Amino acid sequence: MSVNIKEWPGTALGSKDLEEGRVLTVRHRVRAEYAWDAGVAIGRYLRELKAGRLIARRCRGCDRILLPPRMFCEECFRPTDEWVYVQDTGTVNTFSVCYVRWDVARLTEPQLPAVIHVDGASPGMGIMHLLGEVRPEDVRIGMRVKAVWKQVEEREGAITDIRYWKPIAEEVG
Amino acid sequence: MLERITNPEEVRTWSGAVPIEHVYTVGVAGEVFFRAIKDRGRLVACVCPDCGTDYLPPRLYCERCFAKTADYRDLEARGTVHTFTVAHFDLDGRRLATPELYAFVRINGSGGGIVHRLGEVAASDVYIGMEVEAVFLPPARRTGSILDIAYFKPVV
Amino acid sequence: MAKVAVVGAGMTRFVRRAQETGRELAWQAARMALDSAGLTLKDVDAVVIGSAPDAFDGVHMKGEYLSDGSGAWHKPCIRCFVGGATGVFAPIQGWYHIASGQFDTVLVVCEEKMSSTYPHPQGAFITIFDHTTERALGPNLLWIFALEMNRYMTVHGITKEEIALVAVKNKKNALDHPCSQLQEEVTVEDVLNSELLAWPVNRLDVSPASDGAAAVVMCAEHVAKRVSERPVWVEGVGWHLDTAYWTNRDLYYPRYVEYAARMAYEMAGIREPRKEIHIVEPYDPFDYKELHHLEGLLLCKRGEAARLTADGVTQRDGDLPVCPSGGLLGVGNPIAAAGLMKVCELFWQLRGEAGKRQVPGTPRRGLAQAWGDLMQVGTVIILGV
Repeated sequence: MSVNIKEWPGTALGSKDLEEGRVLTVRHRVRAEYAWDAGVAIGRYLRELKAGRLIARRCRGCDRILLPPRMFCEECFRPTDEWVYVQDTGTVNTFSVCYVRWDVARLTEPQLPAVIHVDGASPGMGIMHLLGEVRPEDVRIGMRVKAVWKQVEEREGAITDIRYWKPIAEEVG
Repeated sequence: MLERITNPEEVRTWSGAVPIEHVYTVGVAGEVFFRAIKDRGRLVACVCPDCGTDYLPPRLYCERCFAKTADYRDLEARGTVHTFTVAHFDLDGRRLATPELYAFVRINGSGGGIVHRLGEVAASDVYIGMEVEAVFLPPARRTGSILDIAYFKPVV
Repeated sequence: MAKVAVVGAGMTRFVRRAQETGRELAWQAARMALDSAGLTLKDVDAVVIGSAPDAFDGVHMKGEYLSDGSGAWHKPCIRCFVGGATGVFAPIQGWYHIASGQFDTVLVVCEEKMSSTYPHPQGAFITIFDHTTERALGPNLLWIFALEMNRYMTVHGITKEEIALVAVKNKKNALDHPCSQLQEEVTVEDVLNSELLAWPVNRLDVSPASDGAAAVVMCAEHVAKRVSERPVWVEGVGWHLDTAYWTNRDLYYPRYVEYAARMAYEMAGIREPRKEIHIVEPYDPFDYKELHHLEGLLLCKRGEAARLTADGVTQRDGDLPVCPSGGLLGVGNPIAAAGLMKVCELFWQLRGEAGKRQVPGTPRRGLAQAWGDLMQVGTVIILGV
């Protein structure tokens, strides 16, 4: 009975309460590190990245070319059928200009995360990546972009073997 | 069918960690408990006014009937070994040079107890029912933590 | 299916950092909910606990950790977790515990203590990104909100000014909530001029990180009629999950919210939601999310929620009051507890007990919705008197 309750519980603390030891606290860091297996589909995806190519999987059930690749189609719930190379060009579906890190520390140079729909994959098949060689104020949704790859010897089989995606000239018509 | 990886060099794992840590408040009842350890070298218990269940460490509320607890009182940090174990490996699975003794100690005059280390005793001499008492750090070194108790040792 | 009612509600204040432990917060809210229903723990047959990522509190198996403060001693108990959508999913789970006929009275408790996480609660979200294909890029949680907000704005041609009106409204509504974390009125300019985090997201577009708990008591019809003069009935529930490949969906529209809403409307026999729903508490962790969700809930056409807001329709005294509580943007956002706070708000509003927050007229039906996981879960509950 919200209107009938006079005292609401919960004791608010300020940061000084902790810093000056007015209330007792315990600090703990979990020492947990992980080694995640890339798996079959992403394992191949990473090897192809090292070779400077993007690869997807085709599902003959829905006739979609899926990116990132997966060994089963979550819509048809059946194994996907074949590997298909896709292009390293695409279209910006959405983007942000981000000034903070994961711990909310400020960045001096903003990052430009984007969802990029990759040419050759089915419509709507986007991946998350970064934009580069472009001023933040010039980025727009619908912009055409191309992957900028690391040098062959620098690649390690990771999504970061693509440094970022840069704008390319629009096709006329 | 799913493909099988035949070349072991193709097996790729990706390493990472979750780079956060935690600062826990000890809470309303915890504040009473850990202050008593830090300031007075005592353990605090409390009672449910409805059902009489006795709590050590104290809790803000009784889990059985949901009443707010009362009658917070100081107790000597003495009790009996309810059960114990001898640890030979650390958290990461490495063998310890010296095995460590851990016990659940029931505190005299309370319905509860705490898990802590045992010291000043050989593993072969520990038994269930053994009387033990807490060895506190010097007052200046206490921080209001369960580690303000260095260990429990046998009552001589 | 047995009819199910909500007969009691309780919550703690939502604060940036609470002295209480998570289980102490849970007890405070749960005890208040039982007291408000005139019931004791002996009357409770089963307990549902809702809590979002374990990483916030820094406690694994948080259901077990919270169980004593949630009244689960020697009772059937389950903890549910669908990210941000948990706070509305927990009472849905309470509903089917009772609708199945298995239990008569269920205590539903949601808790979150985000202040435990250092250096910042956002860090606890890092692993929601795929460890191999996304995390290597150095993402943070704001990215997906910013990417979704930009997509939503661009598709519909909506401005940041129009979206900021939601933050202004909800933070103002929260001034009347006794548990509110934020107690300051803001203007559109304040929102636009607040620190830019990840364009188009500024600091005041976002709800604060909070500690808090909320609880409701749910029971079967025969119990509700005995213990309550004014039970509030569960008329509809719905939940839905979209693909976890979040970059393979068009983020401009929350399809999963629509499917969850359709499920709840069908159960409630609602054909024209805009006319038949009198109060809405959509999930508003960011201001644009309120608009996004109003559209997914079919309460307006796609792209029209901003205009409803500008026209004052969604004000507390408007034709369709939205977040009269003050929402997550104003009251605060202890994830699971924030969702259940919305259900508490409907309970108080529909009984005419919301005090200064009371929506005028005699609202008879309200909807609460939450959203979560990797932008893919919708949970909806419809309450009525």
